[in-house]
Amino acid sequence: MTTSRRSFIKAGGACLLGLTLWPAVKSFAGNNAGNIENPGAPAGKRWGLVIDMQKCWPKYQEGCRDCFLACRKAHNIPDIADKEEEIKWLWTEPFENAFPEQEHEYIAAGIKGKPFIVLCNHCNNPPCVRVCPTKATFKRRDGIVMMDYHRCIGCRYCMAACPYGARSFNFSDPRPYIKEIDPAYPTREKGVVEKCNFCAERVDLGLVPVCVEACRAGALIFGDLEEPNSVVRKILSGRYTILRKPELGTHPSVFYLV
Amino acid sequence: MNDFRYIITGLVLFIVLVTFPLWTRAGKAAPAPVPSLETQAIQQLEEKQCVEGTEYMRANHMSLLEEWRNQVVREGKRTYVAGNGKEYEMSLQKTCLQCHSNKSQFCDQCHNYLGVQPDCWTCHIEPKES
Repeated sequence: MTTSRRSFIKAGGACLLGLTLWPAVKSFAGNNAGNIENPGAPAGKRWGLVIDMQKCWPKYQEGCRDCFLACRKAHNIPDIADKEEEIKWLWTEPFENAFPEQEHEYIAAGIKGKPFIVLCNHCNNPPCVRVCPTKATFKRRDGIVMMDYHRCIGCRYCMAACPYGARSFNFSDPRPYIKEIDPAYPTREKGVVEKCNFCAERVDLGLVPVCVEACRAGALIFGDLEEPNSVVRKILSGRYTILRKPELGTHPSVFYLV
Repeated sequence: MNDFRYIITGLVLFIVLVTFPLWTRAGKAAPAPVPSLETQAIQQLEEKQCVEGTEYMRANHMSLLEEWRNQVVREGKRTYVAGNGKEYEMSLQKTCLQCHSNKSQFCDQCHNYLGVQPDCWTCHIEPKES
Protein backbone atom coordinates (compact mmCIF):
# COMPACT_ATOMS: atom_id res chain seq x y z
CA MET A 1 0.00 0.00 0.00
CA THR A 2 1.33 3.35 -0.91
CA THR A 3 0.43 6.58 0.78
CA SER A 4 0.41 9.71 -1.28
CA ARG A 5 1.94 12.83 0.11
CA ARG A 6 -1.49 14.47 -0.02
CA SER A 7 -3.32 11.83 2.05
CA PHE A 8 -0.44 11.68 4.54
CA ILE A 9 -0.76 15.41 5.20
CA LYS A 10 -4.57 15.03 5.43
CA ALA A 11 -4.24 12.27 8.03
CA GLY A 12 -1.71 14.36 9.95
CA GLY A 13 -4.11 17.31 9.95
CA ALA A 14 -6.95 15.13 11.23
CA CYS A 15 -4.76 13.83 14.09
CA LEU A 16 -3.75 17.38 15.01
CA LEU A 17 -7.42 18.45 15.06
CA GLY A 18 -8.26 15.50 17.31
CA LEU A 19 -5.48 16.40 19.73
CA THR A 20 -6.69 20.00 19.85
CA LEU A 21 -10.28 18.97 20.51
CA TRP A 22 -9.46 16.30 23.10
CA PRO A 23 -9.25 18.60 26.18
CA ALA A 24 -12.59 20.17 25.21
CA VAL A 25 -14.19 16.72 24.78
CA LYS A 26 -12.84 15.65 28.15
CA SER A 27 -14.17 18.70 29.97
CA PHE A 28 -17.61 18.70 28.34
CA ALA A 29 -18.27 14.96 28.14
CA GLY A 30 -16.32 13.82 31.17
CA ASN A 31 -18.06 12.59 34.29
CA ASN A 32 -17.06 12.98 37.88
CA ALA A 33 -17.13 9.64 39.64
CA GLY A 34 -16.21 11.37 42.90
CA ASN A 35 -19.79 12.26 43.80
CA ILE A 36 -22.25 9.55 44.65
CA GLU A 37 -25.94 9.29 45.34
CA ASN A 38 -26.91 8.37 48.85
CA PRO A 39 -27.03 4.57 48.98
CA GLY A 40 -30.03 4.79 51.32
CA ALA A 41 -32.12 6.68 48.77
CA PRO A 42 -34.53 4.53 46.81
CA ALA A 43 -34.13 5.02 43.07
CA GLY A 44 -37.62 6.34 42.39
CA LYS A 45 -38.57 6.89 38.79
CA ARG A 46 -41.54 9.20 39.25
CA TRP A 47 -42.50 10.34 42.71
CA GLY A 48 -46.18 10.95 43.35
CA LEU A 49 -48.53 11.85 46.16
CA VAL A 50 -52.05 10.65 46.96
CA ILE A 51 -54.11 12.94 49.18
CA ASP A 52 -57.07 11.36 50.99
CA MET A 53 -59.25 14.33 51.89
CA GLN A 54 -61.80 12.17 53.74
CA LYS A 55 -59.09 11.27 56.25
CA CYS A 56 -57.87 14.87 56.42
CA TRP A 57 -61.13 16.74 56.98
CA PRO A 58 -62.04 15.52 60.51
CA LYS A 59 -58.60 16.54 61.78
CA TYR A 60 -58.68 19.77 59.75
CA GLN A 61 -62.00 20.65 61.39
CA GLU A 62 -60.34 20.18 64.78
CA GLY A 63 -57.75 22.74 63.73
CA CYS A 64 -54.92 20.43 62.65
CA ARG A 65 -52.42 22.31 60.48
CA ASP A 66 -49.46 19.98 61.05
CA CYS A 67 -48.46 19.51 57.40
CA PHE A 68 -48.48 23.24 56.64
CA LEU A 69 -46.51 24.09 59.76
CA ALA A 70 -43.96 21.30 59.22
CA CYS A 71 -43.42 22.45 55.62
CA ARG A 72 -43.11 26.09 56.66
CA LYS A 73 -40.58 25.24 59.34
CA ALA A 74 -38.48 22.83 57.28
CA HIS A 75 -38.08 25.18 54.33
CA ASN A 76 -37.87 28.58 56.04
CA ILE A 77 -41.02 29.79 54.30
CA PRO A 78 -41.89 33.38 55.22
CA ASP A 79 -45.29 34.10 56.76
CA ILE A 80 -46.46 37.16 54.82
CA ALA A 81 -49.99 38.29 55.64
CA ASP A 82 -50.45 40.35 52.46
CA LYS A 83 -52.32 38.07 50.00
CA GLU A 84 -50.62 39.76 47.06
CA GLU A 85 -47.15 38.85 48.29
CA GLU A 86 -47.64 35.64 50.31
CA ILE A 87 -45.40 32.64 49.70
CA LYS A 88 -47.25 29.35 49.22
CA TRP A 89 -45.75 25.87 49.05
CA LEU A 90 -48.56 23.87 50.62
CA TRP A 91 -51.96 25.43 51.26
CA THR A 92 -55.71 24.84 50.84
CA GLU A 93 -58.19 25.85 48.18
CA PRO A 94 -61.95 25.29 48.25
CA PHE A 95 -63.15 22.49 45.94
CA GLU A 96 -64.49 24.81 43.25
CA ASN A 97 -61.14 26.61 42.98
CA ALA A 98 -59.01 23.48 43.08
CA PHE A 99 -61.20 21.57 40.60
CA PRO A 100 -63.09 24.28 38.68
CA GLU A 101 -64.04 22.01 35.76
CA GLN A 102 -65.51 19.35 38.05
CA GLU A 103 -67.76 21.67 40.04
CA HIS A 104 -71.47 21.77 39.24
CA GLU A 105 -74.63 23.13 40.81
CA TYR A 106 -75.78 19.81 42.33
CA ILE A 107 -72.42 18.80 43.81
CA ALA A 108 -72.59 16.73 47.01
CA ALA A 109 -72.83 18.86 50.13
CA GLY A 110 -69.91 16.90 51.62
CA ILE A 111 -67.64 18.24 48.88
CA LYS A 112 -68.97 21.72 48.12
CA GLY A 113 -66.71 24.45 49.47
CA LYS A 114 -64.55 21.97 51.36
CA PRO A 115 -60.84 22.81 51.64
CA PHE A 116 -58.45 20.72 49.54
CA ILE A 117 -54.73 20.53 50.26
CA VAL A 118 -52.91 21.81 47.20
CA LEU A 119 -49.24 22.06 46.27
CA CYS A 120 -47.01 21.88 43.21
CA ASN A 121 -48.27 18.94 41.14
CA HIS A 122 -44.80 17.95 39.95
CA CYS A 123 -46.30 17.46 36.50
CA ASN A 124 -44.91 14.85 34.17
CA ASN A 125 -45.25 17.45 31.40
CA PRO A 126 -44.49 20.64 33.32
CA PRO A 127 -45.27 23.90 31.51
CA CYS A 128 -43.12 25.88 33.96
CA VAL A 129 -40.02 23.95 32.86
CA ARG A 130 -40.75 24.60 29.20
CA VAL A 131 -40.99 28.37 29.60
CA CYS A 132 -38.06 28.95 31.97
CA PRO A 133 -35.46 30.90 29.96
CA THR A 134 -32.54 30.01 32.24
CA LYS A 135 -33.38 26.36 33.01
CA ALA A 136 -33.66 27.36 36.67
CA THR A 137 -36.76 25.17 36.81
CA PHE A 138 -36.12 21.65 35.62
CA LYS A 139 -37.44 18.13 36.00
CA ARG A 140 -35.24 15.69 37.84
CA ARG A 141 -34.85 12.11 36.69
CA ASP A 142 -37.13 11.00 39.54
CA GLY A 143 -39.94 13.29 38.35
CA ILE A 144 -39.53 16.05 40.91
CA VAL A 145 -39.93 19.48 39.33
CA MET A 146 -37.13 21.34 41.03
CA MET A 147 -35.87 24.91 41.17
CA ASP A 148 -32.26 26.04 41.11
CA TYR A 149 -32.58 29.37 42.90
CA HIS A 150 -29.01 30.24 41.88
CA ARG A 151 -30.19 30.52 38.30
CA CYS A 152 -33.60 32.15 38.77
CA ILE A 153 -33.69 35.66 37.32
CA GLY A 154 -37.20 36.40 38.59
CA CYS A 155 -38.84 36.80 35.17
CA ARG A 156 -41.97 34.99 36.44
CA TYR A 157 -42.71 33.25 33.14
CA CYS A 158 -43.15 30.06 35.20
CA MET A 159 -45.81 31.73 37.33
CA ALA A 160 -47.72 32.66 34.19
CA ALA A 161 -47.30 29.15 32.82
CA CYS A 162 -48.33 27.19 35.93
CA PRO A 163 -52.07 26.49 35.75
CA TYR A 164 -52.22 25.64 39.47
CA GLY A 165 -50.86 28.86 40.97
CA ALA A 166 -48.25 26.78 42.74
CA ARG A 167 -45.51 29.38 42.44
CA SER A 168 -44.84 32.46 44.53
CA PHE A 169 -42.60 35.42 43.90
CA ASN A 170 -40.44 37.08 46.55
CA PHE A 171 -41.39 40.72 46.20
CA SER A 172 -39.19 41.62 49.17
CA ASP A 173 -36.51 40.04 51.31
CA PRO A 174 -38.29 37.09 52.99
CA ARG A 175 -36.03 36.90 56.04
CA PRO A 176 -37.86 39.42 58.26
CA TYR A 177 -41.02 37.30 57.83
CA ILE A 178 -39.46 34.03 58.96
CA LYS A 179 -40.16 33.52 62.65
CA GLU A 180 -37.57 30.86 63.34
CA ILE A 181 -34.85 30.23 60.77
CA ASP A 182 -33.77 26.61 60.45
CA PRO A 183 -30.02 26.74 59.76
CA ALA A 184 -30.15 23.39 57.96
CA TYR A 185 -31.99 24.82 54.93
CA PRO A 186 -31.38 28.07 53.01
CA THR A 187 -33.89 30.87 52.68
CA ARG A 188 -34.68 32.55 49.38
CA GLU A 189 -33.85 36.13 48.42
CA LYS A 190 -35.73 39.05 46.97
CA GLY A 191 -36.50 38.59 43.29
CA VAL A 192 -36.72 34.80 42.92
CA VAL A 193 -39.72 32.54 42.42
CA GLU A 194 -40.20 29.59 44.77
CA LYS A 195 -42.43 26.55 45.16
CA CYS A 196 -42.76 23.12 46.74
CA ASN A 197 -39.78 20.88 45.95
CA PHE A 198 -41.39 17.60 47.12
CA CYS A 199 -38.70 17.71 49.84
CA ALA A 200 -36.03 16.67 47.33
CA GLU A 201 -33.44 17.17 50.08
CA ARG A 202 -35.20 14.48 52.16
CA VAL A 203 -36.10 12.17 49.28
CA ASP A 204 -32.42 12.03 48.29
CA LEU A 205 -31.66 10.67 51.77
CA GLY A 206 -34.40 8.04 51.60
CA LEU A 207 -36.96 9.95 53.68
CA VAL A 208 -40.54 10.89 52.77
CA PRO A 209 -41.57 14.56 52.42
CA VAL A 210 -41.99 16.38 55.71
CA CYS A 211 -45.74 16.97 55.17
CA VAL A 212 -46.29 13.22 54.73
CA GLU A 213 -44.32 12.52 57.89
CA ALA A 214 -46.18 15.21 59.86
CA CYS A 215 -49.70 14.07 58.92
CA ARG A 216 -51.27 12.32 61.92
CA ALA A 217 -54.30 11.21 59.91
CA GLY A 218 -52.24 9.37 57.29
CA ALA A 219 -54.00 11.39 54.61
CA LEU A 220 -50.86 11.96 52.55
CA ILE A 221 -49.32 8.93 50.86
CA PHE A 222 -46.02 9.28 48.99
CA GLY A 223 -44.56 6.75 46.59
CA ASP A 224 -43.22 5.84 43.17
CA LEU A 225 -45.82 6.00 40.39
CA GLU A 226 -43.71 3.89 38.03
CA GLU A 227 -43.40 1.03 40.51
CA PRO A 228 -46.47 -1.22 40.02
CA ASN A 229 -46.35 -2.58 43.59
CA SER A 230 -45.92 0.77 45.35
CA VAL A 231 -48.50 1.92 47.91
CA VAL A 232 -49.62 4.80 45.71
CA ARG A 233 -50.16 2.55 42.70
CA LYS A 234 -52.20 0.13 44.80
CA ILE A 235 -54.44 2.96 45.97
CA LEU A 236 -54.74 4.36 42.46
CA SER A 237 -55.73 0.97 41.01
CA GLY A 238 -58.23 0.29 43.79
CA ARG A 239 -60.07 3.59 44.19
CA TYR A 240 -61.35 6.42 42.01
CA THR A 241 -59.06 9.43 42.15
CA ILE A 242 -59.25 12.89 40.63
CA LEU A 243 -56.54 15.18 39.31
CA ARG A 244 -56.36 18.94 39.08
CA LYS A 245 -57.13 20.22 35.56
CA PRO A 246 -56.30 16.96 33.75
CA GLU A 247 -57.62 18.44 30.49
CA LEU A 248 -54.51 20.61 30.21
CA GLY A 249 -52.30 17.58 29.59
CA THR A 250 -49.78 18.46 32.29
CA HIS A 251 -50.10 14.97 33.87
CA PRO A 252 -49.93 15.90 37.56
CA SER A 253 -48.28 13.55 40.05
CA VAL A 254 -50.64 14.56 42.88
CA PHE A 255 -53.90 12.57 43.10
CA TYR A 256 -56.98 13.18 45.26
CA LEU A 257 -59.33 10.70 46.91
CA VAL A 258 -62.73 12.26 47.63
CA MET B 1 0.04 78.99 20.00
CA ASN B 2 -1.75 81.62 22.09
CA ASP B 3 -3.38 78.96 24.29
CA PHE B 4 -0.15 77.02 24.86
CA ARG B 5 -0.02 77.89 28.57
CA TYR B 6 -3.61 76.87 29.20
CA ILE B 7 -3.25 73.56 27.38
CA ILE B 8 -0.09 72.58 29.24
CA THR B 9 -1.56 73.64 32.60
CA GLY B 10 -4.72 71.65 31.84
CA LEU B 11 -2.73 68.58 30.80
CA VAL B 12 -0.56 68.69 33.92
CA LEU B 13 -3.63 69.11 36.10
CA PHE B 14 -5.35 66.22 34.31
CA ILE B 15 -2.38 63.87 34.76
CA VAL B 16 -2.02 64.81 38.43
CA LEU B 17 -5.71 64.14 39.05
CA VAL B 18 -5.78 60.84 37.14
CA THR B 19 -2.69 59.49 38.92
CA PHE B 20 -3.87 60.79 42.30
CA PRO B 21 -4.79 57.35 43.70
CA LEU B 22 -1.44 55.94 42.62
CA TRP B 23 0.94 58.46 44.18
CA THR B 24 -1.02 59.02 47.39
CA ARG B 25 -0.99 55.27 48.16
CA ALA B 26 2.56 54.62 46.87
CA GLY B 27 4.56 52.45 49.25
CA LYS B 28 1.59 51.91 51.54
CA ALA B 29 0.35 48.45 50.54
CA ALA B 30 -2.64 47.21 52.53
CA PRO B 31 -1.45 44.45 54.85
CA ALA B 32 -2.41 40.95 53.68
CA PRO B 33 -5.12 39.51 55.92
CA VAL B 34 -4.11 36.98 58.54
CA PRO B 35 -7.43 35.34 59.32
CA SER B 36 -7.71 33.30 62.48
CA LEU B 37 -8.91 29.89 61.36
CA GLU B 38 -9.33 28.44 64.82
CA THR B 39 -12.86 27.69 65.94
CA GLN B 40 -14.11 25.48 68.74
CA ALA B 41 -15.21 22.82 66.28
CA ILE B 42 -11.79 22.77 64.63
CA GLN B 43 -9.95 22.60 67.96
CA GLN B 44 -11.95 19.53 68.91
CA LEU B 45 -10.99 17.70 65.71
CA GLU B 46 -8.47 14.93 66.15
CA GLU B 47 -7.07 15.42 62.69
CA LYS B 48 -7.29 18.98 61.41
CA GLN B 49 -8.09 18.18 57.81
CA CYS B 50 -10.57 19.89 55.48
CA VAL B 51 -12.38 17.94 52.74
CA GLU B 52 -9.29 18.47 50.58
CA GLY B 53 -5.75 19.72 51.28
CA THR B 54 -5.21 23.30 52.45
CA GLU B 55 -3.36 24.41 49.31
CA TYR B 56 -6.07 22.98 47.06
CA MET B 57 -8.84 24.56 49.11
CA ARG B 58 -7.09 27.93 49.16
CA ALA B 59 -6.81 28.00 45.38
CA ASN B 60 -9.94 26.10 44.33
CA HIS B 61 -12.63 26.39 47.00
CA MET B 62 -14.85 28.41 44.68
CA SER B 63 -14.73 25.73 41.98
CA LEU B 64 -15.35 23.02 44.56
CA LEU B 65 -18.38 24.88 45.92
CA GLU B 66 -19.77 25.42 42.44
CA GLU B 67 -19.30 21.74 41.64
CA TRP B 68 -21.06 20.81 44.90
CA ARG B 69 -23.92 23.17 44.09
CA ASN B 70 -24.43 21.66 40.64
CA GLN B 71 -24.20 18.09 41.91
CA VAL B 72 -26.67 18.63 44.74
CA VAL B 73 -29.23 20.88 43.08
CA ARG B 74 -29.23 19.53 39.57
CA GLU B 75 -28.09 15.90 39.94
CA GLY B 76 -29.47 15.10 43.39
CA LYS B 77 -26.10 13.70 44.47
CA ARG B 78 -25.33 14.80 47.99
CA THR B 79 -22.29 12.80 49.07
CA TYR B 80 -18.76 13.92 48.20
CA VAL B 81 -15.94 11.42 48.13
CA ALA B 82 -12.74 13.28 49.01
CA GLY B 83 -9.32 12.51 47.59
CA ASN B 84 -8.50 10.43 50.67
CA GLY B 85 -11.68 8.36 50.33
CA LYS B 86 -13.61 10.03 53.15
CA GLU B 87 -17.26 10.87 52.49
CA TYR B 88 -18.85 14.24 53.23
CA GLU B 89 -22.29 15.70 52.68
CA MET B 90 -22.02 18.37 49.99
CA SER B 91 -23.49 21.28 51.91
CA LEU B 92 -22.21 24.78 52.60
CA GLN B 93 -24.33 25.18 55.71
CA LYS B 94 -24.17 21.65 57.04
CA THR B 95 -20.57 20.73 56.21
CA CYS B 96 -18.29 23.75 55.60
CA LEU B 97 -19.74 26.05 58.24
CA GLN B 98 -19.89 23.40 60.94
CA CYS B 99 -16.12 23.75 61.29
CA HIS B 100 -15.57 27.18 59.77
CA SER B 101 -18.20 28.90 61.88
CA ASN B 102 -16.23 32.16 62.00
CA LYS B 103 -17.44 33.68 58.74
CA SER B 104 -16.14 37.18 59.51
CA GLN B 105 -12.62 35.78 59.84
CA PHE B 106 -12.67 32.81 57.52
CA CYS B 107 -14.62 34.22 54.57
CA ASP B 108 -14.83 37.99 54.83
CA GLN B 109 -11.23 38.97 55.54
CA CYS B 110 -9.77 37.66 52.29
CA HIS B 111 -12.86 38.43 50.20
CA ASN B 112 -12.78 42.05 51.38
CA TYR B 113 -9.04 42.28 50.79
CA LEU B 114 -9.48 41.06 47.23
CA GLY B 115 -12.67 43.00 46.57
CA VAL B 116 -14.65 39.81 45.95
CA GLN B 117 -18.33 39.86 46.81
CA PRO B 118 -19.83 36.37 46.65
CA ASP B 119 -23.60 36.50 47.17
CA CYS B 120 -23.89 33.26 49.15
CA TRP B 121 -25.42 34.82 52.23
CA THR B 122 -28.54 36.34 50.77
CA CYS B 123 -30.01 32.81 50.89
CA HIS B 124 -27.59 30.59 52.80
CA ILE B 125 -27.61 31.19 56.51
CA GLU B 126 -24.41 32.34 58.12
CA PRO B 127 -23.66 30.82 61.52
CA LYS B 128 -24.04 32.90 64.66
CA GLU B 129 -20.59 33.85 65.86
CA SER B 130 -19.95 33.70 69.56
